[in-house]
Formats: sequence, structure tokens, C-alpha cells
Amino acid sequence: MSATRLKYFQTGSFAAGNRLVDPDQRSVQSDPRRANAITCGHRACQGCGEALGARYALDAALRASDGDLIATNATGCLEVFSTPYPESSWQVPWIHSLFGNAAAVATGVAAALKAKGNTHTRVVGQGGDGGTVDIGFACLSGMFERGDDVLYICYDNEAYMNTGVQRSAATPPAAYTTTTQAVGEQPGAPWGQGKDAALIALAHEIPYVATATIADLRDLERKVHTAMEIRGARYIHVLVTCPLGWGAASADSIKLARLAMETGIFPVWEGEHGDVVSVTKIRHRTPVEEYLKLQTRFRHLFAPVRRDDVIARIQARADRNIARFGLLEALDEDQLDEAVEVDV
Amino acid sequence: MLEQIEGSQAVARAVAACRPEVICAYPISPQTHIVEALSRQVKSGALSPCEFVNVESEYAAMSVAIGASATGARAYTATASQGLLYMTEALYNASGLGLPIVMTVANRAIGAPINIWNDHSDSMAQRDSGWIQLYVESNQEAVDVHLQAFRLAEAVSLPVMVCMDGFILTHAVERVELPEQEQVDQFLPPFVPRQQLDPAHPLTIGAMVGPEAFTEVRYLAHYKQMQALDLIPEVAGLFEQRFGRSSGGLVRRYRSDDAETIIVALGSVLGTIEDVVDELRATGERIGAVAIRTFRPWPAAEVRAALAGAGRVIVLEKALSVGIGGIVSQNVHGALAGLPASVHTAIAGLGGRPITKASLRQLFAAARADRLGELTFVDLSHQLVDAEIQRMLSDQRSGPHAENMLRDVGVVGAGPV
Ligand SMILES: Cc1ncc(C[n+]2csc(CCOP(=O)(O)OP(=O)(O)O)c2C)c(N)n1
Ligand code: SF4
Ligand SMILES: [Mg+2]
Repeated sequence: MSATRLKYFQTGSFAAGNRLVDPDQRSVQSDPRRANAITCGHRACQGCGEALGARYALDAALRASDGDLIATNATGCLEVFSTPYPESSWQVPWIHSLFGNAAAVATGVAAALKAKGNTHTRVVGQGGDGGTVDIGFACLSGMFERGDDVLYICYDNEAYMNTGVQRSAATPPAAYTTTTQAVGEQPGAPWGQGKDAALIALAHEIPYVATATIADLRDLERKVHTAMEIRGARYIHVLVTCPLGWGAASADSIKLARLAMETGIFPVWEGEHGDVVSVTKIRHRTPVEEYLKLQTRFRHLFAPVRRDDVIARIQARADRNIARFGLLEALDEDQLDEAVEVDV
Repeated sequence: MLEQIEGSQAVARAVAACRPEVICAYPISPQTHIVEALSRQVKSGALSPCEFVNVESEYAAMSVAIGASATGARAYTATASQGLLYMTEALYNASGLGLPIVMTVANRAIGAPINIWNDHSDSMAQRDSGWIQLYVESNQEAVDVHLQAFRLAEAVSLPVMVCMDGFILTHAVERVELPEQEQVDQFLPPFVPRQQLDPAHPLTIGAMVGPEAFTEVRYLAHYKQMQALDLIPEVAGLFEQRFGRSSGGLVRRYRSDDAETIIVALGSVLGTIEDVVDELRATGERIGAVAIRTFRPWPAAEVRAALAGAGRVIVLEKALSVGIGGIVSQNVHGALAGLPASVHTAIAGLGGRPITKASLRQLFAAARADRLGELTFVDLSHQLVDAEIQRMLSDQRSGPHAENMLRDVGVVGAGPV
């Protein structure tokens, strides 16, 4: 799937203008015959970013593989809300084994296919941030370093949502979770902890690593397509919103994901073989406060006393991302390869 | 073909003859020689098609096997001790998903204190994991039972552990009859699962099941193991027919039919026990032995039948359930409900302590003299434990015992108390 950058001017909307492009350039979701990997009837909360992200990612993977795909899934919201006994939302062959082993199970699937001489069926592993960044990290890293032919997608909602919003290593500093309560001198999640799984994935020098958000679903689709064109270990880290865990309005899911990107809080980039090769530039730089104030997990930064010190610290983190990944630099036409183009 | 060969090499050859398609390996003694040999077979192309995956942990080893098996590949791995415990969660998952993975457990003790030598603590700790557990007595049986294990696993849709004594068997060089490839191919048909991950027939595997059906799912797991009670002797019978050797099965009796005292045990120690039985038989003592070859499913009826005539049963165990004593004994007790036999537990061979003929003679003599209690620790050094118990009584704070006792036996590096 190629990406064509279309410029159309519509204030306050980033809606994909499918009607403006050739049918083969249109988004996977605009196709009435789309695969619907996760079909309706599942039990996700209204506005669940994980449900949205997973459907787009898997539908794109299905299109890229011509429907020839096997998916593995870690324990977590995605697994639980999609398979309430005796129903299943999955229209792809799908296996859930344990919380921490989705990457290893995917390795096993890939090994079996290889042993059987099956070179056409593709394998996708999936998990939440807890299942990926924490308990599943050893299996994930093993899968990366061996170069197993698996695309692993992490749906990062920044906490253990399925068990009731506990802190994970992907929870941002100062965020309230049920295990990082908004009390004491430093309310919320501690500073100086946590890890950047996408950068660690990049350090394995695997052929492809990308981050994405559910604000830019065409970008997510394209990255899945790109990843599916490559063999070996690949990783996509998708920021997904969780209205329940973040204390945000269901209707704000896309807006919040966009703000995470536009503030610099969540840098969106692509890497190949250990190097960052492209970034998604910020179009409307926004102060982090705009993002924080829409979520009750940061409520303690605004009331009863406003914590300008903490807000400034979060702003500094975002600014560091902006500087580090060059999120504001003017687009250089020579460097402007397909990879940076978004928003069809 | 008869060969003078190390147990691990023999098992590797047997496993390779079963044509596994995915082998996962993580090193832990005393299992390593098996996967090392298999890695060579795969790398050289002798075993093909097969994927050999060097995983980063035993948890991953079992998880890779789960993914492979669910995709319709015959999957194999081997482990022991800490490794077996490290994959615990995945063990239960493999059996819960009904995946016919075969695994060799080179039985070894569990730490702390860390110990690499043989006992049965590891596989006994997993007796409730839903896996079929077969215990072998010799390297010949190890070879034979691996062939049976794949056939059994795939017929009953359950994973199978073949438990062989670490070092005592895995590292022993013995004469072993190795099966020819055509023989194995005739005995073990290709793996064709009833359902698998297949894009042509999308299937959800591992969905959430709540209280409305969970009991039923567990019941069926039990039902399948009960089915295996019929299938295990059937497969062993077929094996004997094809290969001309008897191995495997549920239990094996040794001079026990008219025995007043019967020793029950698992694994390689049966050889020593049988030697002592022969000696005592020569003096006119009515003593015999029963080998438990299948521990899960528990062959209660066969055990009961084999022990029904005995007045005294001594269960020699290489594992200890701390806080109660014997593990196999509890099962034997259950099988003998309502019968007059007294059941004695003898814990022996922990952490690789040799079970000698002399120790066994002493144990059986105590039994003959009615001096055997319910629970005996064979060859326990009372001097060593009494000194530590004295210290414990005088200073009721927490701390490890092993280091204190090492100091008592004069081991360099053990610090002051
Ligand atoms: C070994 C193990 N530990 C803990 C759990 C409990 N558990 C199940 S789902 C979950 C949270 C999942 O969090 P995450 O991976 O971030 O996915 P999310 O639900 O947020 O999408 C936890 C802690 C488990 N199932 N297995
Ligand atoms: S708790 Fe969050 S991640 Fe889970 S279903 Fe609800 S919105 Fe989605
Ligand atoms: Mg999460």
C-alpha cells in the first residue's frame, strides 16, 4: 500500500478523504469487503482505543497477507473483551495462551509453518503494554534477537487495564493508577522509572520498528503494510487510549491520541535495522496541559492545588522528545521519502 | 540396532526417529546432552524438516512448543528441575489446550539449596499439571517409551512427560537397542490434529471460559486421562508386538505375586531394589517389588491389584512433600483403601544421594522386625540435623540451614553461625 500525501483544508478535522483518491489507495476500512478481523459484538468499553487499534492493525495485516494470517494474543483487555464464552470476535485463526508468552507462541507458530514449508501464511503477535513491556519482555526480546518471522504489535494504554488500572513500566510519570495513587509529595506514578519499549526494540537492530497512534489510523495501516512486506522480527508500538483507565470521555479517544502526538508526549517514528529513519512531524504544537487536563488520571495536577512544577516537568519531557526526534524541523523535500507521508 | 551409547544420545536418536517438526531447547543439566545431540541432527540435515529454536527460557520453550503444536507441528522439548518449575504456567496451559507435546524430564532436585543431582522433586511437583507422566527404569525403556509417548499424546490429545533419572540414566553408557526409522514410521503415524490454527478455517483457541462451563472443561481433562489408562497398555502392547520388547505400561510387578512385603518405586532405582529382592528371596523371604511406570493418570486399579495380597507396602520415594511426607504414598494409600496392608513411606535418594543395596537391606530388615514407622528418611544423618535443631532452638530467628550444616561438615567457605 503506498501512501499519498493529500492536502485538503478542513479545520478541526483529520478525517480521511477516501473519496479523493483512487480505489486502490483508499484505506482498508473504507472497503466494504474489509476483513473485519475483530467483528462486532465484543465487550470493549465505549471508545476503547485498543479495540480500534487492533481492528485497524489486523485488518491491514489481513489485507497485506491476502487473508493468510495467524494471530497470537497475550492475556489482557483485548483477549478478554473479544472472547467471552461461548463467543469470539476473531475472524482470523487466533490463539491466546498466557499473559507473558504471546511473542514466544508466535515464534512457535512461525517455526511450525517453516517446518511445514509454508511460506505464505504470516504471523502476528499482540499484547497490551503490561503483557509486552513487563511480563512478556523476555519472550519478546528473544523473538527479536533470533529474528523470528513475526510482526509483534503492542497496544499501549499505559497501564494494566484488565486488572483494574495498575501501573506498568509504560505508565507515564505523575499518572494516577490504582497502584500509584494521587497522594503524597509526588502524587501518581514515580519519576525516573519506566522504559521505552520501541527504542529497546530498535536496539535489537531488527528490520522494522514503528510507533503509531489511533489518531492517525491511515498511518497505522501503512506501517502494518510496510511491516508485512518485510520478513523477520518486526515491532509496532501503538498508543491506544483507555477511557476507563485514563478517566477520559469516550468521545475524546481520537483527540487524546492526537494530543499525545502533537504535544510531543508520544513521538511517532519509524526505524530500520537500529536507526530511526523517519518521524511524523507535529503539525500544531500543543502544550502538554491541553492533553493532561482531559484525563482524570492527571486531575491531581490541577486541583486542589495546581502543580505547575509537575506540569513543567511533563512539558520538559515532551520537549525533550521533540528535540530528540526532531519532531518540529521543517520538512526537507530531499529527505521526504514515502515513509514520512501521512494522512491520506 | 544394538549400540553402546549414552542415555541422552539414545533418547535423542529415538526422538529424532519420531520426526519432530519443532524442537525448543534451553540448557539445564542433566538434560542438555539430549538437545545438544538433536541440534546437531537438525543442523546437519539428518533430521529434516525440523526447526530447532534456541529459546531464552524454559517458559519460552514450552510457549514455543504450544504455538507450534497448535499450528499442527509435532513439538518436543526437554528440561529438568528449575527449568520444569520455570515453565509451570505454560505446562498447565499446554494440557488445558490439549496439545500433544512430548517432553523429556531428566529428573533432578529443586533448590534451595541448589543441587544438580537426581531425585523426583521436579516432576512430582507437576503431577497436577494435567500432563501424562511416564517414568522409565532404564535407557532401553527411555528409548521405547519416547516412541510410545508421541503416539499416546496424539491419540489422547494430551501432553506427555517422559521422566528419566538425571545422570543415573541420562549420562549412563549402556547397551541399547535403537529402533530403525521404518519401524518407527510404521508405529507412529504422522501428526494430524483434529483442529489447528489455519487461515482456511479460522478458529479461536484459548478463549475465556467462565463458571458456566469451566467444570465441564476440567472434567473432560480428567476424562481424557482416564481414557489414557486404557490407551497406555494398548500402546505398550502394540509396541511389544512391533518391536519384540516389553516396556512402558501402567505398572510392572517383580516377584510380587506371593509377596508379604512389596516395595513400590519409580524409575531407575528399581534395578537396585530387584537385586536386593533377589537376595532376600534366596533366603526365603516373601518380598517383591512393583514399579509405577505411569504416575499420571494414576493407575489405581492396577496398583490395588498388584498390592492386594501384601501385608506390608514400602513406598520408596525420591521426593518429599514437606509438611506431610510421601507423595506416591498418598496415592498408594488411596488405591489400597479398605485393604489390610500397612503403608510405609521411605524417602530416599534426595539430591542424588546414592540408594545403595546396604541401605535397602537395612530398610527392609527394619520392616521385617516391625520397626518401620510411617515415615522414614533413609540414611538420614541425625548428627547433622540434631546439631542444627539445637541451634534453631537457641536462636529463634530466620536463616538458611544449608550453610550451617556445610560448616558442620567442614566445607570451606561456610561462614560462622
Ligand atoms: C502470570 C499472570 N500474572 C497476572 C495476570 C493478571 N492479568 C491479566 S490481564 C492483566 C493486565 C493486562 O494489562 P496489559 O497487558 O497492559 O493489557 P490491557 O488490559 O491494559 O489492554 C493482568 C495483570 C495473569 N493473567 N497472568
Ligand atoms: S478498560 Fe480500557 S482497554 Fe479495557 S476495554 Fe475498557 S477502554 Fe478498552
Ligand atoms: Mg495496558
